[in-house]
Order: sequence, then C-alpha cells, then structure tokens
Amino acid sequence: MNKVVKNAEEATKDIADNMVLALGGFGLCGIPENCIASLVKKGVKGLTCISNNAGVDDFGIGLMLQNRQVKKMISSYVGENAEFERQMLTGELEVDLIPQGTLATRLLAAGYGMPAIFTPAGVGTEIANGKEVRNFNGKDYLMEHAFDPDFAIVKAWKGDTHGNLIFNQTARNFNPLVAMSGKITIAEVEELVPAGELNPDHIHVPGIYVHRIFKGENYEKRIEQRTVRKK
Amino acid sequence: MLDKNGIAKRIAKEIKNGYYVNLGIGIPTLVANYIPQGMDVVLQSENGLLGMGPFPFENEEDADLINAGKQTITTVAGSAFFDSAMSFGMIRARKVDLTILCAMEVSETGDIANWKIPGKMVKGMGGAMDLVASAKNIIVAMQHVNKAGESKLLPKCELPLTGIKCVKRIVTELAVLDVHPTKGFVLLERAPGISVEQIKNATAGKLVIEGNIPEMKID
Repeated sequence: MNKVVKNAEEATKDIADNMVLALGGFGLCGIPENCIASLVKKGVKGLTCISNNAGVDDFGIGLMLQNRQVKKMISSYVGENAEFERQMLTGELEVDLIPQGTLATRLLAAGYGMPAIFTPAGVGTEIANGKEVRNFNGKDYLMEHAFDPDFAIVKAWKGDTHGNLIFNQTARNFNPLVAMSGKITIAEVEELVPAGELNPDHIHVPGIYVHRIFKGENYEKRIEQRTVRKK
Repeated sequence: MLDKNGIAKRIAKEIKNGYYVNLGIGIPTLVANYIPQGMDVVLQSENGLLGMGPFPFENEEDADLINAGKQTITTVAGSAFFDSAMSFGMIRARKVDLTILCAMEVSETGDIANWKIPGKMVKGMGGAMDLVASAKNIIVAMQHVNKAGESKLLPKCELPLTGIKCVKRIVTELAVLDVHPTKGFVLLERAPGISVEQIKNATAGKLVIEGNIPEMKID
C-alpha cells in the first residue's frame, strides 16, 4: 500500500490538457502549493478547476490564471483577483459560481458514492435556472450533481505512506472533501511518516481515497488578511 | 443616526445566552466586539470552526487559522474544527441559532440580494446562499439608503437574489424593523434622533407603523 511518490512533478506527471481538477484550500489557507507550482511549470492548458476560491493574482490558482492554463473555474467566491476578473469580463475564462455549501457537498457526494444532493441553497435565485426542484416536507430543494474530477489535489499537515491524512486547524476546509472526490487523488503533506506512526483515531481521510502522496517543500503559507491586536 | 459600530451594538442585543451564531463579513463581524461579557455564545466561521476568538497578538498569527473573511484569528476554550461539508451541514440542519449578514437590498417579503451587481461586481456568493436558505433566524445589517439616497428596503429586489422569504429582522442606521410575510416592514425602533417621518421617506417598500415607535437603546 505504499503510495509515496518523489515530488510534485512525479505526482502530476499524467495531468493532461483539458482535464477536470478539484483543488483543496480556502482562500490561500491549505492550498497544495507544490502541485500548483508543478502544474504552472508543466504548462498544461484548458483545465477546469473546481476550487472554492481562485487564489490571488500572484499566488495559488492565480498563478495558473496568469499563465492562461484555466478554461473554466467552478468556485463560490473569486474576489481578490484582478486577473481573474479581467479574464472573466473578456470571456476568456468560463466561470460557474455556486454556493459554498453546494460546492462542498457535491464533493462529499462524489466521495460517498451518491450521484446527487438536494439543497435549499439558491432556490428562487438565478442559479436555480434549469435545475430540478423537489419539494420535501413543504420546502423546495435544488438537485445538484456530484462532481467527478479526473484528479483531486490536496494539502495535508501530516500523512503516512499509506496515504492516511491529518489536517491542521482551518487548513482542513475543503481538503478532505476534495480528497474523496478524485478518480486519482494526490496529497502533498508537510510531514510524511511511515505507516503506523499516526494514531488511527486521528486520521481525517483514510488512505483508501489517496493514490499518491509526497512530502512538500518550501511552503510559503501566505496570509491573505493579516489581522492582529495589540498586547 | 447610527454608525457601523452603532448598528453592530444594536444587533448584539439580539444575541441570547447559549446561541451558536454565524457572523458575516463587514458590520456583522463588528458584532462580536459587543457581545456582553459573561454571555455564553459560540461563533461559527463557515470555513470550519466553532469557537472563533479575537485576532491574534502580533507575531502569533497562524496561516492555518483564519476565519471566513480570510483574517487571522484565534480559538477559544471548547472550540472545534471540521471540514466545509460538515460546516454547511450544521447550517442546513439549522443547528446555528442566528445568522447575521449584510445586504444590498431587502424586499418587503424578506427576499435578500447581496452577492452580485450585474456588470459591476461579480465576486461570488460564498456561503451566503446556503446561510439564507437554511438559517433559523436571519438579522440583516445594512444601510437604509444607498449613496444616491435611494431606499434599499424595497417592494421587490432589483438585484439578483441571494435567497427568498428569509430575512426576519433588519437593523439600519435609521431603524430596527421586522419583516412580516404579508404586512411588509414593521417599524420597531427609531435610531437616536431619527423621526418616524425620516424612516418613512427612506423606505420604498410597505412600511407598517403601529402605535408609538420608541427610540432604540444601545448602551
């Protein structure tokens, strides 16, 4: 069950043009920095990216946008990114904005083997256009389909050689859900340990969902909004 | 007339002991500063935290610990982390007692618009559509009129909707109002120094004024 690969380059070697990727992270928190850098270097194009956010101009998925590698973004919130806005307004980039809970639960459904979910989010709004509405117990719900990405890419705090993953604080966010959604799932971790060293009770994502794992390098972990108080 | 902090202070009075509360970005975030000492309230941040604490001290900020506005934060005793599906699961399952968020427009039937200005601002809805579709109780913090002096409390929203028939109470710089499903905006309180007439003039939707409208107490 050894899932270990050497680095991001090896982990992403068969990601090809026009594939659908799901990426973990919320804002710049818990994003797979090494894999994104590797995809930028590889220069694969025409990608569809499922990710809650689109990074900032010079970090995260923003780097792939600068490089014109993304054909379509499926996200819930895309502020803080001027290049994104420019590409969206000129029509270079296709954008599907969906509610954050819907995004999370469509990933969850993929990992739980369920084809669709019903959610009240968006009922009566423009995002309900063309979608099936079902009434349960007097309330309307939209039917939303599970995602089916070719590759899922996540960042975890700790992982073992079997691909078991543990996340740190709010860097967990979408990562476990993204990890469960992929036909092939790549995990980059800050600390990689031999199987047996992590407490099985502490695992957030069991290794069955993870196909490739490697120890990431040089994490920048950029902070988007540094807010502090005085002592 | 209330400033942003005044609106936040007045909304803080709506929070009850034992509440789980989700605070949106903007004025709602300020509400946390006015929750009375000793009140047992847990703040939910929809990126995956219950028990959000204040901003960290300088040099103690942690890139792995942020709120839904991407600000560095801290945790309090008894906090818990979880993934985004569970976060919206607890919202959808109505475990969160109170949601406080901003709006660009609210209609007299409780529809809310706060995520998109066509051709101008398209940043996305984030968690707002999930929150308004499921919340047990929604209080909206907003300006009564826009910069051009036009009312944002309307018969019908003009901007793309975030959710329908969901807003229960509104606190603006001028007033506190309830949204009644058939009657419209029911005026409850006036801001200090504001007359009923001024509120009438600033409200485009149906406004119900019953009896004597008291001035709000915020301190």
